[in-house]
Amino acid sequence: MRRWFQDVWEGFFTVLVGMRITWRHLFTYPVTLQYPTVKWPLPPRSRMRLFMKFEDCIGCGQCVRACPVDCISLKAEKRPADAPPIWAANGQAIKLHVAVFDIDMSLCCYCNLCTYPCPTNCIYMTPEYEFATSDLTQHLYRFAKKDAQFILEDPKKKAAGQAPAEATAPPATPPAKPAGA
Amino acid sequence: MDATYEYLVWLLPAAAEWPSWLVVALITALPALACFTFMSLGPLIYVYAERKISAFMQDRIGPNRVGPIGLLQTLADTIKLLFKEAIFPKKVDRKLFVIAPILVNVGAFMPFLVIPWGGRLQPADLNVGVFYVVAIASLSTVGLIMAGWASNNKYSLFGGMRSAAQIVSYEIPAMMILLVPVMIVGSLSLQDITMAQHGGLQNWFLFRYFPIMPVAFVVFFVAGLAEVNRAPFDIPEAESELVGGFHTEYSGFFFAMFFMAEYTEMFVLSATATVLFLGGYLAPHPVLQLLYLPFVGAVPMGWFWLWFKAWSLVFVMMWLRWTLPRSRVDQLMHIAWKVLLPIALVLVVVVGGLVLWPATANGFVWDRWVGWPLTLGLVGFLLYVMVRALQWSRRRAQELAAPARQAVTP
Repeated sequence: MRRWFQDVWEGFFTVLVGMRITWRHLFTYPVTLQYPTVKWPLPPRSRMRLFMKFEDCIGCGQCVRACPVDCISLKAEKRPADAPPIWAANGQAIKLHVAVFDIDMSLCCYCNLCTYPCPTNCIYMTPEYEFATSDLTQHLYRFAKKDAQFILEDPKKKAAGQAPAEATAPPATPPAKPAGA
Repeated sequence: MDATYEYLVWLLPAAAEWPSWLVVALITALPALACFTFMSLGPLIYVYAERKISAFMQDRIGPNRVGPIGLLQTLADTIKLLFKEAIFPKKVDRKLFVIAPILVNVGAFMPFLVIPWGGRLQPADLNVGVFYVVAIASLSTVGLIMAGWASNNKYSLFGGMRSAAQIVSYEIPAMMILLVPVMIVGSLSLQDITMAQHGGLQNWFLFRYFPIMPVAFVVFFVAGLAEVNRAPFDIPEAESELVGGFHTEYSGFFFAMFFMAEYTEMFVLSATATVLFLGGYLAPHPVLQLLYLPFVGAVPMGWFWLWFKAWSLVFVMMWLRWTLPRSRVDQLMHIAWKVLLPIALVLVVVVGGLVLWPATANGFVWDRWVGWPLTLGLVGFLLYVMVRALQWSRRRAQELAAPARQAVTP
């Protein structure tokens, strides 16, 4: 008999304990993050969509060799002898004309291995991650441009104290071949 | 009908000279229409409240897209359900399949006939009011079993049979407890039961016979929860075991009808418990019974008090639903037969004896000193918990949401 009363009281009391907890949570700040309008800041060095700054690429192809899944396709050829000399932003002379630089993000495994060997740091990961498409071919990003604004003056000489002329100039790429492979 | 007629004449003195057929039509149609409108629009609010409360209790936001703070969400859902195709599976018993949701709704709506919203604001003051509520409310169980059977689906039938077993078990303690206020008043009319609690909070039946009636109220509330198939006793529709129980095969409008009935039943149960234990439409203090407005004069507030008290009980039901997990079938039977029924039996005998004994016919000596302090203590405790919870929540919000505050907004 005593046991019965104990059980009934315990059942009733534990319900009250549970109700106290839910009552407290009734006034708790919701933890929901309303995603499309509010986003968590991404952690540093997060690996999202690849980007390549075409103006700085010297066409060395190290990223292509580093890529474990071969998602980068590069086609480079010697610049004509009469073409104006151009430089990458870190002062390296660009000797090759990059005709094709395609990255297939549908193949990319986001390993980040391509960005380490790049001598001019022109290929890097961006924090952009909302690039879902309904068509897989739209994940082929073509970075080779015909109208790239190359640096026509040696940045090292400029840094050494020469006249601060405007570094960029109108399109100076030799129109050798169409960008598409 | 008499009460409604008096109310009509009180509202419009000219109605006394109107032809009888018009008066009869009015006093039959108007309350029915009012109840039906009120009750069919009610679930819009209940469903929204339930979703919001459940969201807050789980630290979520809840519906907030349709309309300001999501107020129109239920309306949109209702319209969607109304326009959806009602699918009849090939092997259902079509007649019963259609009748079942209607019958469930009849059981949910009809008790409004006798629920008093004020001295005269009651469609019909039946002298068997309590009995009527019990009898009619049980109709909806027939509907549930019918739905389970007509669906021709094993899970639906399980749901229907579970609901039958549940009602058969829980009707008994609930009806036993109904006897307790009825014995004290000596009448089955809900109007009489309400008026017997007249004179302020300490006269409510909840605070009579102090340690006894609160127990009776808890027993009635638990049994009532089981009768309207609410969590933690919602095993007839147990979505995690029975898919959806009796409404597995229903879709569109018929599905919506089951939900309308469920939420209406919740309100009916709360209103009945309010009338029996919490003073019905009576205010906590007689001063609050009338609201004095400039230019209008005294406005009776009975409807507000009944609504407020019943709503508080509905809130407790929702609160319980989001606190407790669903009980097993055997636990359910254990609670009904081995816990609630013995308590109810003892209460009936004890209160019957106390009512017969002249010295305690109107309650214990200390009763009038119990109601107020207990209520004030409860309110104070709730306020204290609320303030503590707000402080806690603010601290948690600062801790948890600090990174989210810096989040990028495009």
